[in-house]
Amino acid sequence: MNIKILGAFAAVALLAACADQKSDAAGAGTSHSIVPGSQEDLVANVGDRVFYDFNKSALRADGKATLDKQAAWLKQYASNNVQIAGNCDERGTTEYNLALGQRRANAASSYLKAKGVAAARMTTISYGKDRPTAMGSNEQAWAQNRNATTSVR
Amino acid sequence: MIYLPSPSVRRRDLMVAAASSLVLAATPQAVRAQALPAPGGGGGQSAVIDVSRARVEPIPIAIPDLTGGDGPSGQLGRDIAGVIAADLARSGLFRTIDPAAFIQSGPTRGGVPNFQNWRPTGAQALVTGKAEVLGGGNIRIEFRLWDILPGAQIQGTAYTTTQSNWRRIAHIMADVIYERLLGEKGYFDTRVVYIGATGPRDRRTKRLAIMDQDSENNRFLTDGSWLVLTPRFHPTRDQIAFMSYANNRPRVYLFDLTSGRQTVLGDFNGMTFAPRFAPDGGTVVMAVANGGGSDIVATDLGGHGARKLTDSGAIDVSPCFSPDGTQIAFASDRGGDQQIYVMGSGGGGAKRISFGSGRYATPVWSPRGDLIAFTRYGGDESDFSIGVMHPDGSGERILSSGWLVEGPTFAPNGRVLMFWRETRGRDARGTGFSSRLVSVDITGFNERVAATPTDASDPAWSPLPT
Repeated sequence: MNIKILGAFAAVALLAACADQKSDAAGAGTSHSIVPGSQEDLVANVGDRVFYDFNKSALRADGKATLDKQAAWLKQYASNNVQIAGNCDERGTTEYNLALGQRRANAASSYLKAKGVAAARMTTISYGKDRPTAMGSNEQAWAQNRNATTSVR
Repeated sequence: MIYLPSPSVRRRDLMVAAASSLVLAATPQAVRAQALPAPGGGGGQSAVIDVSRARVEPIPIAIPDLTGGDGPSGQLGRDIAGVIAADLARSGLFRTIDPAAFIQSGPTRGGVPNFQNWRPTGAQALVTGKAEVLGGGNIRIEFRLWDILPGAQIQGTAYTTTQSNWRRIAHIMADVIYERLLGEKGYFDTRVVYIGATGPRDRRTKRLAIMDQDSENNRFLTDGSWLVLTPRFHPTRDQIAFMSYANNRPRVYLFDLTSGRQTVLGDFNGMTFAPRFAPDGGTVVMAVANGGGSDIVATDLGGHGARKLTDSGAIDVSPCFSPDGTQIAFASDRGGDQQIYVMGSGGGGAKRISFGSGRYATPVWSPRGDLIAFTRYGGDESDFSIGVMHPDGSGERILSSGWLVEGPTFAPNGRVLMFWRETRGRDARGTGFSSRLVSVDITGFNERVAATPTDASDPAWSPLPT
C-alpha cells in the first residue's frame, strides 16, 4: 500500500519534470525569444538566485555553481550592471534580518568578485524578511525565501 | 478605601501640559489648566495607593457624563467621560462602574456630590465635571476627582483649550486620575508610531503611521512609495527616526512631525538601520552595515560627529540607551547565536546578559530603568516570545508568546508594553497571514489588540509631553 502511494508520487514528480523541460525548451526556441543578456535570460538560462541555510550566509555548493554561471554570463554581457539583494525567511526579527540579508548579499557579491566580476558593476541591498517570494509559513517556503537574488540594473 | 495623606495638591496641576505639537497640526495647541478648590472649603488632597504590588486589584471608579445640558456642551461632556472611562478600563487597573447602577449623575449640593448616593455603587472614586463649548472654537472643562468613602475632593482642575483638542483633554484628565489614585504617572496623553501595511505579502505597501495610544486619530505620514521600517520617537515627541528605502538606498531618516520634512541621517557607505534616540535627545545610535556584519555608531541629529561604538566584525544591532544615558543594550551574534549585551554608552566593555534558551533580540530599556524587554525565539520552542529581564540578566519573565511576536516598546511609565503579533500563512498563497499591534501589562496580564486600520508592525510608544 505504502509503496504504491510512493510510486504514484514519483510518477507525478517525473511528469512535472518533463513539463518543465518542455517549457524550457520552448523558451529557448524561436517561438518565444528571450533577449540574450536580459534579466529574463539570466532567470531562464543562468539562475538569478542562490539559497542559504537557516540563519547562515555561507554559500552552498549549489549556490557556488549558480554564481559560477552568473560570473560567466556577466563576462559575456560586460555592459550589464547588477544589484544583488539579500533576503531572509520570516523566522527572525526585522533588524537582525536586515543585517543577515546584507551578509548574504555580500557573500554572493564577494564570490562573483573573486570570479572576476568588477566590484563597480555590482551593488548590494538587503530586504531582510520583507520581500518573500514564497508566501507560505513552512520550511519549503522559508528555503525559497533565504536567498540572494541578482537582477540587471 | 483610598488613603489620603496630608493635603497637598492645589497648584501642582497648573499648566499640566504646556504646548506640545500635534502631528502636522497647523499650530501647536495649548492646554491651560487651573486648580479648582473643593466647593465649600476643604482643599485638594493627595491620594496614594501602594503600587509596589505587582498587580493591584482594579479600582472601582464611577465616571458619569460631564454635565453640559442638551446642546453641544452636553455632547462634549458625554464624549469626554467616554474617553476617560475607556482609557482607565483599558489599563486593567480600574473598573468603571456601569452607569445603570448610578442613583444620580453628577454633583449636587453646590457642586459637592451626594456621597450617600455613590457608596452603594461600590465605586471608591468618582469623577464629576462640567463641559462648556465657548465661542471662538474653544472649550472649558471643569473636572473634579472625589474619594467617595471620606467624601473628599482629591483633585479639581479646569482646562481651557481649542475644541479640536478635546480628546487630548480627556487623556490628560485620565492621566491625572491614574496618577492621583495609583501614585505613578499615567500614559494616556501619548501616541504610537508604527508601520502600517497593506497589499499581498510579496508586494506589501508599508507606510509610516501615527495614532493616539487608544488607536484614534490615525494618520499615515508617508505615501507608501518606499519601504519604511522601525520608527522611534524623539524624547520631545516632535520627530521620529526611522528607516526608509527611498531611492533604493536603505538608510535612517529623521521625520519632523511639525513640518513633515524628512532628512537622511548622516553619510555612511553601507545601509544604516535600527535607530534609537538617546534620552537627552541629542544623539542617535544605530547600526551601520560593514562587510559581513554591522557596527553600532552614535551620531548627532545633524549626522555629524559619528562615533563607532562597536567593531566586532559580527552583527551588532538594535542599540537602546538606558534611561540615564550611561549604558547601551544591543543584540549581537559575536558569540555565535544572537544574544543581548550591555556596554557603556561610549562603547567598550560589552557584557552578555541573556543566557536562556534560544536567540535574544530587540532589547528595549524600560523608562523606569529596572527592566529590559526583548524578543526571544529559537531554542527549544518554535514560538517567539516577548519577555523582560533585569539589566544584569536576572529575573527573566515571558509575557507573551506566539507564532511571531516581536519588537516590544514601553509606555512612558514602564507599566505597559506594546509589540506586534503575526499569524502564520496557512497555505502557499500566505492566506491567513495578519499582523497586529498588541499591548500587555508588564505583569503579563491584560493583553489587548490595538484597533489599527491596516495590518501593523514596529510600534514605538511616545514619551509623555515634557
